[in-house]
Amino acid sequence: MSNHNDGVAASGPLPVVPFLKGADGQDPFLEGHECGGCGAIFLGARTTCSKCGARDQMVAKRLSNQGKLYSYSIVFRSFPGIEVPYISAIVDLEGGGTVKGNLIGIEPDPSHLSFDMPVEVVFADALGRKDADGNSYLSYFFKPAA
Amino acid sequence: MSDVYVVGVDMIKFGRFPDRTVPQIGAESALLALDDAGLTIQDMQALYCGNLGQANAMVGQRILQEIGQTGVAVVNCANACATGATAFREAWMSIKAGVYDCVLAVGVEQMGKGLLGGAGGGAGIPKEGLLGSGTMPAVFAEAGMEHARHYGTTFEQFAKVSVKNHHHSTLNPKAMYQIETPLETVMNAEMISYPNTKLMCSVNVDGSAAAVLVSEKKAKELGMQRAVRIKASVLASDPFTDRDLVMPDVNAVTRIAAKQAYEMAGLGADDIDLVELHDCFATAEILHYENLGLCADGEAGRMIDDGEVALGGRVPVNVSGGLLSKGHPLGATGIANIYEVCTHLRGEAGGRQVEGARIGLTHVIGLGSACGIHILEKVA
Repeated sequence: MSNHNDGVAASGPLPVVPFLKGADGQDPFLEGHECGGCGAIFLGARTTCSKCGARDQMVAKRLSNQGKLYSYSIVFRSFPGIEVPYISAIVDLEGGGTVKGNLIGIEPDPSHLSFDMPVEVVFADALGRKDADGNSYLSYFFKPAA
Repeated sequence: MSDVYVVGVDMIKFGRFPDRTVPQIGAESALLALDDAGLTIQDMQALYCGNLGQANAMVGQRILQEIGQTGVAVVNCANACATGATAFREAWMSIKAGVYDCVLAVGVEQMGKGLLGGAGGGAGIPKEGLLGSGTMPAVFAEAGMEHARHYGTTFEQFAKVSVKNHHHSTLNPKAMYQIETPLETVMNAEMISYPNTKLMCSVNVDGSAAAVLVSEKKAKELGMQRAVRIKASVLASDPFTDRDLVMPDVNAVTRIAAKQAYEMAGLGADDIDLVELHDCFATAEILHYENLGLCADGEAGRMIDDGEVALGGRVPVNVSGGLLSKGHPLGATGIANIYEVCTHLRGEAGGRQVEGARIGLTHVIGLGSACGIHILEKVA
């Protein structure tokens, strides 16, 4: 699927991933799809469950903005042009769903990080990155919960 | 069904060969393995070739164009870092099925330098450093930190894996590096993705390894003196686990493969004399002590602290130097580790010989994910 709009910039920001919904409105959120057969939760739309094999039983589900830090790495060397350091975080959301993203608003130092620390999902511009058509993007980030 | 035997196996010294082609690099180890078996390319009834970087470019046929175009069946395999093990296993299956008596497996790779992986792709904007990291050092760091979360595993314990494997490689002339790296050197090396420093990341090298596999009938004809019996050959893919699609679960896939391999071999982890496992990053090796049943869950940190996995220890792991120091040419790795174990079972490993080795295990992980495990047994 392409986010390109025939070379014409969209009026509002585009979602950084298909499972970020409402990017051009006031209430963006992450959307999972939950299997009616076994309860497994996936990011992004799909028709078949890879846990139990059930077909056509996926139900869209708004994921929580609250979660806990499950695991992480602090990245000091990345590809050319990518600003370092940053925290690559795996977060388990309340009520289900696991999401990977940048953890911001905290020192990128293991002594400042603890497993299961509460974090919240926040939405902001995608670090100024634009596509070839000049579109800006709305991304999600994690930050320590207040 | 016939047992299957390795009667010839070898690898080239890993290094960087930018002036050579992939088929040339592969052909070199193919000839070495044929020589080791005392056979020629005309004796081979099929070729199973593993290569990732040129997976669409008929590398197996191009190897035969270098060393002998005999018109036999050629199968080209790609399965991430399990590519070589997959080619070897296809060769094993062809004999197990009774189709052939004598086949060749080759794994080969020519690598660039630099980071592998990267988050996202597809349409839109680059996701690396925006939605976390998809670089391999970070992905395997996250897997290691999951172990730290459960068992309190420390940066120092992860670093000790690199100290051990670099030490082992000083005894392996075919390893890329033969240098000692003391603990402080490993821990103070450039941090790539915490807790993996540069010396805790596998080395991108070019290389190849090859093996001649035969049926029991053929092995008896040739003489069993240096033959190695394949007791188990297993390939597994990642089962569903809750976080696998976000954080590749290298543990569950390894545990499935290990259980099947021990069952197929009729052996347990206690019977294994040496292990070559997939230390693509120092963090990964720790996980696999437990995944392969070498110790109980939560004991891996103690195992590295106590030296149980060092040469001379209870179950030496990666005495070749491992991917961390021998090097990791992706498609070759899964046959190079079979070469290492066979060399010990034949008692030909020189200064790094695991004394009295009778049974060894090889393990690779292709992220995304595939796990290949082979259990090998000394015959004579």
